[in-house]
Amino acid sequence: MKKFIFMIYFLLYSPMLIADNKSNLLEITKNLRCLVCQGQSIADSNSDFALTIKLVVEDQLKSGKNKNEIYKFLISKYGEWIVYKPSFSKDNFFLWLLPYGIFLFGGMIIFVILKKKKHS
Amino acid sequence: MKINIIRISVFIFLIFFIIIMFVGLTKNNNYNTKNLVGNEISEFQLISLNNNETFFENNDLINSQFTLINFFASWCSPCRLEHKYLIKLKEENKKIKIVGINFKDKKNNALSFLKELGNPYEFIAKDSDGSVSVLFGVYGIPESILINNEQKIIKKFIGPINQSHYRELVQIIN
Repeated sequence: MKKFIFMIYFLLYSPMLIADNKSNLLEITKNLRCLVCQGQSIADSNSDFALTIKLVVEDQLKSGKNKNEIYKFLISKYGEWIVYKPSFSKDNFFLWLLPYGIFLFGGMIIFVILKKKKHS
Repeated sequence: MKINIIRISVFIFLIFFIIIMFVGLTKNNNYNTKNLVGNEISEFQLISLNNNETFFENNDLINSQFTLINFFASWCSPCRLEHKYLIKLKEENKKIKIVGINFKDKKNNALSFLKELGNPYEFIAKDSDGSVSVLFGVYGIPESILINNEQKIIKKFIGPINQSHYRELVQIIN
């Protein structure tokens, strides 16, 4: 039972399990927010804005720019909001560290409960 | 004792979670690129709509104290609404130069549009695939960007220019 709980816990949080076999273009456009759509990424949208951004990303990939350079370029034009995964900064450090905090907190609770059960 | 600590921790976490949700849900999430005002524009080279040889570049911005870069298209109905203000701006203010960027349009349609409504532009550039618009952080048209001769964005007008935008523009220029 203990093993099972720990296994489920780690499976849910393990980023290693997320398979990533998409092309560079798809990978980049999936992390870009369509600014004129409701909750869609650039990859998912066929709006005029999304089509333009896809074209620009494709051109920049062809010209040899890497993923980070493309993100940096688009952030300079549209702000941090265009990326779903913002870069680590003093404004959003809490957002980045919170999942790890919750992870440790959850682990601590499980540890205390299991230790208490063992004693009783 | 340990159980109490857990209970208190869970309670604090829940309170924190509710506060985050409350702040998140009451915040205005309508995003626009107006926060990019003050940034310097990147290097660009616009190609004329009339021929493929004439260019408009960063250096051309130095000649005028202010330049308004306006993205328009003949298929865009809000562009028709703002056009009279652009004409007025050109006629009544000598300190500003208006540059038009024709967005994803056909040349003949764009020229007919200008023939019908008048031409407020000193230079008309073409952006057939929309890639130039990305250089200026445009995400829909019409959009206008006011730039000074130091190549800094002074103001962004997202959507058609109206009477109050016109007044604002005149105030900035003078």
